[in-house]
Amino acid sequence: MRATVTVMLKDGVLDPKGEAVRHALGSMGFDGVEGVRQGKVIELDLADGTTEAQVVEMCEKLLANTVIESYRVQMG
Amino acid sequence: MKAAVIVFPGSNCDRDLAVAFRAAGFETQMVWHKETDLPAGLDLVGVPGGFSYGDYLRCGAIAAQSPVAAALRAFADRGGHVIGICNGFQILTETRILPGALLQNAGIKYICRQVGLRVETADSAFTGGYAAGQEITLPIAHHEGNYTADPETLARLRGEDRIAFRYLDTPNGAADDIAGILSENRRVLGMMPHPERAADPALGGSDGAALFASLAGLLAPA
Repeated sequence: MRATVTVMLKDGVLDPKGEAVRHALGSMGFDGVEGVRQGKVIELDLADGTTEAQVVEMCEKLLANTVIESYRVQMG
Repeated sequence: MKAAVIVFPGSNCDRDLAVAFRAAGFETQMVWHKETDLPAGLDLVGVPGGFSYGDYLRCGAIAAQSPVAAALRAFADRGGHVIGICNGFQILTETRILPGALLQNAGIKYICRQVGLRVETADSAFTGGYAAGQEITLPIAHHEGNYTADPETLARLRGEDRIAFRYLDTPNGAADDIAGILSENRRVLGMMPHPERAADPALGGSDGAALFASLAGLLAPA
């Protein structure tokens, strides 16, 4: 089984890389890109029976720094 | 006086820090990250700069889960003195020994240069050798030095006089110009600038030497 964890900087936390991407899109002529946030996707291959609660614990302890980041877990 | 410097795969300021500790009079040993205990009788532990575990995932995140990290946390919890510099500061926030986090520099670029700092408090074993308000120059070398914390934490750091150093001209976007902070018991210091790289005139600066001399003086057995 598989879990997909998406980690993003929290709203309000400066994301200079996302801002640089937004700027680049604008200078390429893509109008109307009002904001870009860049995060990461972590795919976990898990033994059958691994619970979502265990993946949440992985996020809390290592995969995300909840001081600055939020995360979303999608099982399967 | 006994000190240890923790060495992670990717640490690169570990020997510099040991040189500064020894010059100040600390008997210093290196401790590999796989150790589950720190040597007995330590007065001081240094968490050095570098790129522990290649900065994979987040700077300091994997180091914060290494075997030695639990021993480091226990040492800090029982009142031991700890200094984390640069990547060491990042590791101390990732272990939650110190509050807040270090984001990528606001200008995205890695910055390696001398910066002006103001010593904001002389009330710690680390900063007792400076005068509050004294301006010093130390080098920085980092890509993730943009200190951030929630407004309540920042207010608390200010209210409890726990901001050890501020940048005179903030190079990285750090909240409230913060370059270094103290723990609640004032025995853990995390800072982005490198005092160990300015602890001897031969290195191009010696403004960091007072930090190590102060530690040696204040931690020395009476």
